Amino acid sequence: MSTLTYALTDSSTMLRRVLRHTTRDPSTLIMAIVLPGVVLLLLDFGFGGAIHTSGGRYIDYLVPGIVLMGACYSASATAVAVATDSTQGIIDRFRTMAIARSAVLTGHVLGSTLRAMLGTALVVFLALAIGFRPTADPLHWLAVTGLVALTLFAIAWIATAMGLASGSASGAASLAAILQILPFLSAAFVPTETMPGWLQTFTANQPMTHIVSALRGLLTDTPVGNHGWLAVTWCAGAAIAGYLWARKAYNRRAER
Amino acid sequence: MPDRPPLAAIAVTGLRKSFGEHTVLAGIDLEVPAGTVFSLLGPNGAGKTTAVNILTTLIRADAGEVWVGGHSVTREPDAVRAAIGVTGQFSAVDPLLTGEENLALMGDLHHLPRRETRRRTTELLQRFDLADAAGRQAAGYSGGMTRRLDLAMSLIGEPRILFLDEPTTGLDPRSRRTMWQVIHDLAASAVTVFLTTQYLDEADRLADRIALLDHGTVVAEGTPDELKRLVPGGHISLQFADTTVLDAAANALGDIPRDHDSLTLQIPSDGSVASLKALLDRFDDRSIAVQKLSIHTPDLDDVFFALTGYTNAGASAGEEKVTTP
Repeated sequence: MSTLTYALTDSSTMLRRVLRHTTRDPSTLIMAIVLPGVVLLLLDFGFGGAIHTSGGRYIDYLVPGIVLMGACYSASATAVAVATDSTQGIIDRFRTMAIARSAVLTGHVLGSTLRAMLGTALVVFLALAIGFRPTADPLHWLAVTGLVALTLFAIAWIATAMGLASGSASGAASLAAILQILPFLSAAFVPTETMPGWLQTFTANQPMTHIVSALRGLLTDTPVGNHGWLAVTWCAGAAIAGYLWARKAYNRRAER
Repeated sequence: MPDRPPLAAIAVTGLRKSFGEHTVLAGIDLEVPAGTVFSLLGPNGAGKTTAVNILTTLIRADAGEVWVGGHSVTREPDAVRAAIGVTGQFSAVDPLLTGEENLALMGDLHHLPRRETRRRTTELLQRFDLADAAGRQAAGYSGGMTRRLDLAMSLIGEPRILFLDEPTTGLDPRSRRTMWQVIHDLAASAVTVFLTTQYLDEADRLADRIALLDHGTVVAEGTPDELKRLVPGGHISLQFADTTVLDAAANALGDIPRDHDSLTLQIPSDGSVASLKALLDRFDDRSIAVQKLSIHTPDLDDVFFALTGYTNAGASAGEEKVTTP
């Protein structure tokens, strides 16, 4: 077998390990579903009446934001899982074995992405059950799925890097909290035009706003504008940055 | 600096490593012939784990040549990794997986065929007395079980060279004995074992050769017997009922230092039965009753004292009080 085949085999071995972790300790998966679910219900039934969006029902505006919030919360779970895992001796064992170095990281990232995809799907089902009515055609749904997967993939790389860089579960949770705040400072729950001018400069241009606006446009059949390619560019950039950061943190841990 | 691989399983020349200002390894040379057990002996902080980490490709040396299994650790780390198994000081098992899954994971990472992985897993679970716990998560294992699983995981790839970093530290005596037996069996099957330990008796029991590491330098190297010859003999400690008997006993042996507080005498001895009998006979002849007797054999502290002139963390403070006249 070639080096590439080994790298793929090792990555899939590591992915199976991470997925097995999820079944052993499903609290991360449960949190990834319950929390966005609760916020969805709260905002829709509780506060939704007070929030005015231009045209359309609030729930149709809200769901993409909830999906993004869920994605950012899954980052915390990933960062904590990676930090915990990297403090275990097993990581040092992997380092002394002739396996592809990136396999450990790839396993975490793909496992996290799949876990979050499952959580997102369940949250969307809940939304559909309480009245979410997207008008997207199959092609748009495909685009939505792709963009969500890319977002989760990018967030998983950043979260994995955070987990490795922090070196402790509590440190990882604090770092990941930065990601969790981002959706609230974007167009995820309320239009940015309702925010103070000085804040708008940030909120209207940060990646979360582009992602959520692109999703919203695709789901409700409204123009996506520049948000689509900006969202994809941000995600690709974040994934690469996260990968480089994670690789650096992983290699540096060896040089303690 | 050798350009081609040496014949020994492990060859180290001029190995140096510092962390910032702190020098951990100040230039060490080691050679371990294939199929032997080598022990790196030293107290905490001597640099044992750093040496293992460099030899197992975990960290890079600042200077020196390190060959493991005929490959340079800096130039061909993957070839080295393919030849070695490592059981570190801290358990390297996945706590969320079961014992069986941990072993299967290692088999997959060694790219063994599925059936071969299953065969070796079953065999190792049996051999390490883990068959009953195979389906339980490793997080629930006792210290001894974790360490055994850890070692089993290092063996699934059938390494030619095995590194064991303090394999029995923190284990109860029974698990410690089991571990010794396993290492002994491995040595018999021509695996080269590189073992670090703080315990002289462990090195004594298992190793063909011992290197004594202190403050990053090898202060002595040799077979266990050679090393013990560097250490002054042990002593016999005798306790008496009162000062009268103590004085009588001390006078019977010539004027030797006595400790009136603890009512003990400390007599240099090689610990042999003959010398012990001769000693007791002398008391018998004079009708001196000995209340308590203990034989003190050389330990790591003695070796250290002999070779470095200081003891390790005052572990034998009580003994020293007796030896002070």
